[in-house]
Amino acid sequence: MYRMQQLRDCLPGWSYFCLQTEVVADEKKSFKQINDMGELKLMKGNEALAEAAIRAGADAYFGYPITPQSEVIEYLMAEKPYDRTGMVVLQAESEIAAINMIYGAAGAGKRVITSSSSPGVSLKQEGISYIAGAELPCVYANVVRGGPGLGTIQPSQADYFQSTKGGGHGDYKQIVLAPASVQEMSDFVKIGFDLAFQYRIPVLILSDGVIGQMMEKVELFDQIPRLSDEEIAEKYAWATTGKKKGTERRVITSLYLDSHKMEEHNLHLQRKYKTISENEVRYELFDCDDAEYIIVAYGSSARIAQKAIQIARKKGIKVGLLRLITLFPFPAKQMQELCKKGVKGWLAVEMSAGQMVEDVMLSVKGCAKVEHFGRYGGIVHTPEEVLHALEEKIIGD
Amino acid sequence: MAEITFEDIVKPENLVYKKTDLMTDKALSYCPGCGHGTAHRIVMEIIEELGLEEKTIGVAPVGCSVLAYEFMNIDMTQAAHGRAPAVATGIKRVYPDKIVFTYQGDGDLAAIGTAETIHACNRGEQIVIIFVNNGIYGMTGGQMAPTTLPGMKSSTSPYGRDVESMGNPLKMTELVAQLPGTYFVTRQAVHTPAAVRRAKKSIRKAFENQVNKKPGVSFVEIVSNCNSGWKMTPTDSNKWMEDNMFPFYPLGDIKVDGQLVK
Repeated sequence: MYRMQQLRDCLPGWSYFCLQTEVVADEKKSFKQINDMGELKLMKGNEALAEAAIRAGADAYFGYPITPQSEVIEYLMAEKPYDRTGMVVLQAESEIAAINMIYGAAGAGKRVITSSSSPGVSLKQEGISYIAGAELPCVYANVVRGGPGLGTIQPSQADYFQSTKGGGHGDYKQIVLAPASVQEMSDFVKIGFDLAFQYRIPVLILSDGVIGQMMEKVELFDQIPRLSDEEIAEKYAWATTGKKKGTERRVITSLYLDSHKMEEHNLHLQRKYKTISENEVRYELFDCDDAEYIIVAYGSSARIAQKAIQIARKKGIKVGLLRLITLFPFPAKQMQELCKKGVKGWLAVEMSAGQMVEDVMLSVKGCAKVEHFGRYGGIVHTPEEVLHALEEKIIGD
Repeated sequence: MAEITFEDIVKPENLVYKKTDLMTDKALSYCPGCGHGTAHRIVMEIIEELGLEEKTIGVAPVGCSVLAYEFMNIDMTQAAHGRAPAVATGIKRVYPDKIVFTYQGDGDLAAIGTAETIHACNRGEQIVIIFVNNGIYGMTGGQMAPTTLPGMKSSTSPYGRDVESMGNPLKMTELVAQLPGTYFVTRQAVHTPAAVRRAKKSIRKAFENQVNKKPGVSFVEIVSNCNSGWKMTPTDSNKWMEDNMFPFYPLGDIKVDGQLVK
């Protein structure tokens, strides 16, 4: 029960996911409880994201097909969201055009979303930088595939640096949410829009080919109504909704030719990122109370690591899992607290050659050993490989 | 004789012209002699005359007119280089009843933004595109543009545009006129009072098309001078424009009410 509470504190979506996995083995679960749930569906991660966009009251999706996330736009086109909620769906001529459509519509105060996969997200980076600079709210998903270059269509987590360190040009950050289940592909859209508008910031749902393609049971949240044009004009004074006579015009721009003003704007952005770092860290701990070693992972790697620690515990190894939900902000303070409790070693597990591991090192500040393990180029590691790496690189040394 | 003061000149009975309220009081950043100021003014005058101020959202490009939002006194969005038609698409699709236009130069619209221009036109977005073509990159200091004439000198074609190695100038306006998604395509100028009147009439038509939800893009090219970039006096540049630009980029309507002009 304590664990359930802990999960709920982290994030409603994830707690639901864990509830589901636990409930499968819980015979006491009655049919009534199932009936009390929201609409349940078996969906692909990409489809859940698309359905969540409609239900989150999005005004538009602009996108361009790319494997392994094409189901997002396919689902939306088939679903005819315009008939359901008035939501617009448009297939753009490129990822570049799509993100600029997002920029235009977001600047006019609308709830807009796009999605792509690694090579396409690289193309969007100029637009993301403009969106961050102009402080516009939007949600976008990257269903990551292996790279560099055209790479492979198989899952990867090698876009961590791009996602958390800027990606485009200039000093900026975006909130990065890392779903580890199909449920979270849905829930994070709603949470993403809330955060995007609260902070006027792009929110990235950093998924991967596993989460995007796999099918799981998902509880869909109820339809949130779209705002009317009048509500938007009233709510978002900054949005370009048409200048009323006698009022100041609104300008959406990231251009500050005067360097002093540009520095001032940068300072403002940095203050905002600090506030986000203080208030919006989301993570989850498994078996960390008595842990001598901690695995840090996110997304599908966290799912695999969860299995690995189960096996390890059976072998008597006191290992826990820190599952990152936000990659920016990063739970640095929380990790330092774990350090104080006597954690002897940290293993960063990610499907990359070692990216998140750098943030783990920066966070624990040398309090204990930090190592990286991960397969990459589209290969997904097994729980056994993770356990082996833990024994070899952290415990055995 | 008493000195004539500013107040004497601006007495209501002496006024022969009033600047539209839709232009701000900020001094234009354009070079003296440049056509951008006039082009800005007539676009804003049309928006005022059609009573569209409260429902219009403009999209500024990258280039000399990147600061258009400092001068156009309406809600504006500044787009990344070349992306204005995509930005305008995003706005128009979520606000089909608002009036959306882009204001772009030749580098923005016909080089880096070619894909966005072609596809916005091909989809028949109900937007107005104002395309100011002066055959050069003014903002960055006079480099070759996609519309630079053959043999024309620029800082990146210092011996003149060699079409064999640098390609031919791109007639974007004729190109988009071929697409079913354009409804009105015209080429105008703003270097004489008569030209300004004709250009303004075309811009009026373009905005009226959008108000009346005519299917497709209304595309107005304005061939203009760049006396700084061309390294000429303003009057010489206008003469040079008439002698060299107009034969290559002939003025007049290319497509009206969705039909190509014979």
